[in-house]
Amino acid sequence: MKIQIMPKIKLADSTVQTIREICKKYDNKEGELINVLHNVQEKLGYLPAEVQEVVALELNMSVAKVYGVVTFYSFFTMIPQGEYPISICMGTACYVRGAEQVLNEFKRQLKVEVGQTTPDGRFSLSCLRCVGACGLAPVVMVGDKVFGRVAPQQVKDIIAEYHEGCPHEAKSA
Amino acid sequence: MEIINLTIDNKPVVVKKGTTVLEAATSIGIHIPTLCYMKLEDLNIENRPGGCRVCVVEVKGRRNLAPACCTEATEGMEVNTHSIRAINARRTVMELILSDHPADCLVCPKSGNCDLQNMAHRMGIREIHYKGEQSSYRKDTSPAIIRDIDKCIMCRRCEMMCNEVQTVGVLSAINRGFNSVVAPAFEMNLDHSVCTYCGQCVAVCPTGALTEVDETGAVIRALSDPSKTVIVQTAPAVRAALGEEFGMEAGTLVTGKLVAALRRLGFDYVFDTDFAADLTIMEEGAELLNRLTRHLQGDPNVKLPILTSCCPAWVKFFEHQFPDLKDVPSTARSPQQMFGSIAKSYFAQQLGVRREDLVVVSIMPCVAKKYERGRDEFSVNNNPDVDYAITTRELAALIKISNIEFRALPNEEFDKPLGESTGAGVIFGTTGGVIEAAVRTAYEVYTGKELPRIDFHELRGMEGLRHATIDFNGLPLNIGIAHGLGNARRLLEDVRSGKSRFHAIEIMSCPGGCIGGGGQPYHHGNSEILVKRQQAIYREDSNKTIRKSHENPYIKKLYAEFLGAPLSEKSHHLLHTEYFDRTK
Repeated sequence: MKIQIMPKIKLADSTVQTIREICKKYDNKEGELINVLHNVQEKLGYLPAEVQEVVALELNMSVAKVYGVVTFYSFFTMIPQGEYPISICMGTACYVRGAEQVLNEFKRQLKVEVGQTTPDGRFSLSCLRCVGACGLAPVVMVGDKVFGRVAPQQVKDIIAEYHEGCPHEAKSA
Repeated sequence: MEIINLTIDNKPVVVKKGTTVLEAATSIGIHIPTLCYMKLEDLNIENRPGGCRVCVVEVKGRRNLAPACCTEATEGMEVNTHSIRAINARRTVMELILSDHPADCLVCPKSGNCDLQNMAHRMGIREIHYKGEQSSYRKDTSPAIIRDIDKCIMCRRCEMMCNEVQTVGVLSAINRGFNSVVAPAFEMNLDHSVCTYCGQCVAVCPTGALTEVDETGAVIRALSDPSKTVIVQTAPAVRAALGEEFGMEAGTLVTGKLVAALRRLGFDYVFDTDFAADLTIMEEGAELLNRLTRHLQGDPNVKLPILTSCCPAWVKFFEHQFPDLKDVPSTARSPQQMFGSIAKSYFAQQLGVRREDLVVVSIMPCVAKKYERGRDEFSVNNNPDVDYAITTRELAALIKISNIEFRALPNEEFDKPLGESTGAGVIFGTTGGVIEAAVRTAYEVYTGKELPRIDFHELRGMEGLRHATIDFNGLPLNIGIAHGLGNARRLLEDVRSGKSRFHAIEIMSCPGGCIGGGGQPYHHGNSEILVKRQQAIYREDSNKTIRKSHENPYIKKLYAEFLGAPLSEKSHHLLHTEYFDRTK
């Protein structure tokens, strides 16, 4: 059983305006919900409850339905992503070359589970399926930067690299 | 109209184009098992997600099995509903559904009334060959409804009712795969949501996933407490449905046996909510005429149409969804609450009993009444006007627990003074009834003339939205009727935009009105039962000698001895209420 405890946040007027504009771009159509959520998440990084409430109001549908869609697709997240989102490829090639051990090492070092963000907001951990770099398996992405042939022993160094003020190119959008 | 010929289990059948295999089979008496499918024919309500796959049949020439509920019959189709392949697939599906279902049937509140249990029995499932993870979701208890989601089979009937029929939008399927459940947004508890407690989700749930809060234990305890005087009121729709719980034909009126049963249960006085319904008409009718007269005199402050306010789910609905219109409905309390208020003032005084020592129990076709009785404004010094509200189903359980042979009971009469009622009070139990009762009284008060007729057939029926114009001696009174909150929403949107041309609107949350309430014996998808209950209500009305609320002698006496007149200060204090904006 999992209960998600969400801190209640007050959205800035400008954020509400951003969401409204995105909804308007899609003619406030209920059928465009997924596109709207994609756009909103791209802008805000995540989809907290308050954001879903605005979307529901704008598209004239129930919040329960919006929440249903957000929880159905693993792409959508209700948890703010870390400054450096870490994704471990779990595609077949990476998996057989030890991605799971790499993932476990990240979990151990960062003390978070998949889908969570470290308390300092720096790192979030997720899995993805194949980034098309199977020759480099196992692959880890931090933001837009790709790390290839990662061994569990390297995990500590990768994290350290970002802890000390990061390489500029790795900053995610 | 195109005609389709097909055979089902070698029987030829002719159907209209567009008919499903399931409907075609039913038309020739072949009942293919279903679980998620539900159709309430007379109310235009259908749930057909095609998700459970229990209704699969074999179609000659088709590679895979076809779900009968959502496969259209085609010309020359040869269907076999009980080939070994179909039977095996159906049993496998059933076993998989059962494999993560809690096996606590013996103590489940739905035991004996469970569609899943019945289906497993019908299919002769004796063993479950699959063992896997069991879901464990927290139980959610609200003032009226309990969600025990481990028992959910994802048929989505509740979701359809909550979203499409009622447009309340509380329930939705969330999460994915094994973790998917039906829940409110952000998995909040029902009592934090905009749920109206109409209970239509409970009425259609095939399992024990959604049930009402059980108050029978508390009632038994009150009845066995010698320091308490325990009185009971029974809502109009109960008498038209309770018999079903004891194997009687739907539409059997059991008013006399109901009274006898309540007396044997040990209630000190057996009263009738119909009395309070008559009282409601006096107050609501006076309010209608007051607003109407002021409107005709050109008063710009007067709000029309007036909306009925008997239904607690409807009240909660507009408090959440149309708070800007909270001045539009009548301020009259519901009959349940009027009864409680009068019982704990007027009647308690008559008996010489303190209100704390008087326990008021109501028997309701409704689960929202449990919530309504707990609203803060309906208590005095923390003592509620109505102490317990139990459903028709809970009453049946009480009667069975108490070893009362219901069918063998004699017919008995309600006690006086709060048990005397008119035909107008009885018809509160069906859609169209409250407004017909109001018309019977308002017409005579307004025109000063006797009604030329008592039956207003133009106000009756099962269509979700109805309207009629009644001639009030030259004044055409436009009346709207909606049952089902989705239909109510349509009328409300017109009121909001100023397009409504109605003077008065009756709204009941449940399809069919209280006869189809969330606390009534389960209809298991057969809407004919609701039609029969409706007919029973009108039969009870025509059997009454007095059929207009203002002619009820005990209502007259109550006003003469205690209240003064409708809308008097005392009436306002005891019989009217206010509404709240629940969006804040």
